Amino acid sequence: MAYISCNNLMLGYAGKKIVFNLSFQVRKGDYLCIVGENGIGKSTLVKTLLHLQEPLGGTIDIDDGLMPYEIGYLPQQTIIQKDFPASAWEIVLSGTLSKCGRKLFYGEREKEIARKNMEKMDIWQVRHKCYRNLSGGQQQRILLARALCATSKLLLLDEPVSGLDPKVTADFYNLVKELNEEGISVIMVSHDIQAIDYASHILHIEKKNSFFGTREEYLQSNKCKLFQNAEAVNYE
Amino acid sequence: MSDVIEKILFYMEYPFVRYALVAGILIALCSSLLGVTLVLKRFSFIGDGLSHVAFGAMAVATVFKLANDTLLIMPITVIAAVLLLRTGQNTKLKGDAAIAMLSVGALAIGYLVLNLFSTSANITGDVCSTLFGSTSILTLTVKEVWLCVIMSVVVIAFYCLFYNRIFAVTFDENFTKAIGKNVTVYNLMIAIITAVIIVLAMNLVGSLLISALIIFPALSAMRMIANFKGVVIASTIISVMCTLIGMIVSIVFSTPVGSTIVAADIVVFFLCCIIGRICGGNTA
Repeated sequence: MAYISCNNLMLGYAGKKIVFNLSFQVRKGDYLCIVGENGIGKSTLVKTLLHLQEPLGGTIDIDDGLMPYEIGYLPQQTIIQKDFPASAWEIVLSGTLSKCGRKLFYGEREKEIARKNMEKMDIWQVRHKCYRNLSGGQQQRILLARALCATSKLLLLDEPVSGLDPKVTADFYNLVKELNEEGISVIMVSHDIQAIDYASHILHIEKKNSFFGTREEYLQSNKCKLFQNAEAVNYE
Repeated sequence: MSDVIEKILFYMEYPFVRYALVAGILIALCSSLLGVTLVLKRFSFIGDGLSHVAFGAMAVATVFKLANDTLLIMPITVIAAVLLLRTGQNTKLKGDAAIAMLSVGALAIGYLVLNLFSTSANITGDVCSTLFGSTSILTLTVKEVWLCVIMSVVVIAFYCLFYNRIFAVTFDENFTKAIGKNVTVYNLMIAIITAVIIVLAMNLVGSLLISALIIFPALSAMRMIANFKGVVIASTIISVMCTLIGMIVSIVFSTPVGSTIVAADIVVFFLCCIIGRICGGNTA
């Protein structure tokens, strides 16, 4: 039984098909890393998994007790958020909105969830600080705490380390790995080759022949070498 | 000094002055509430665009000599608001250009229609009073004041009840969508309410100066305060104070109402900038 199984998914936007025959599963406890070139369709896949848009073909089955909309999403930062006057507490609390149902205001239960997750992410002491004045690493942990408020099963991280320095990046990867070891499944989209080291499964998206398998299988495949070479060229 | 107070008390005897103050305060309250969301969502210009649309609609209403022109202006402005938000969702640039186009287009057509078909002897005066408000706030009828009160109560109730959702939609639309909330409905509601407030605010400051009423209090509050709830509360207080001061000054010194209120807003904005600087670059 898998949380998410995608079969022969066809992705695209505005009627343009960009990825064909994508099949993969995410089970409880998996750590899936999604890699691929820029513009290949990683963001489109993320949007499709979140029900923000419909797949052009194929099916996405959700099972094993995962409810629709129970994916903890950590989006890429938008320009709007860069100078948004909101305290860390307000942002994390907004993650519990999915648990409110028709209720208009947050109750004790929601506040308790938010507090626990902030303590877990070690940001409880900055809860009254303004989001825009915190460091990049702290901002990402706030958004991670918000995502954890919305789910206890599956996290979806979209390029979470872009713009972070190497030390903070490593800390963030370790934090996510810890969460994964506690039993939360993780899907991470990344163009950072380092991210692969932490994953249990890899999905390498290409237009037609995407690769899906365990990390060991991926490291031995040609795709991995190509990806690493491409990265090396980029860095030169 | 006692002269001034005496003068204010003397004017307060008149019912139309009291109506004007009530309507002014309510409009200031609503526009600043929504202003925070609009500024943060990068929709500041929507207020400007919509006010020009409202001007165009008013020109048409004047030509047809409608008894109650709000009945025509309100729906047209609401439709324009909904259309603008639709295009704004696709891409940023398109939304920007669409607003600019609609805003100057409506302004030009409005003036053209007024000039071609109006039978009024003083077209320039009419146009001026629609654009800058001048005295229309002092000529409100009881019915119009009640309309203003009812609309304000609806806006404030909506904002309070859906406060948490409005915050979520403003801060991160995609996340809110991903946890299964109907973001489109909230955006639509925000658009409609914006349109309603703009039509009401035309009486107070005129269509060219409405954006000031929406933008300034929010920006002033953001200089000093670093959390969303605080910004919302501070911006309503700033807005109501500025409007009150502006209206009293304009009555006492017989200056135009709209521009006096905006001048007060500008002064407060710079004061807030200075306070924000002194308190250590708005770290709360």
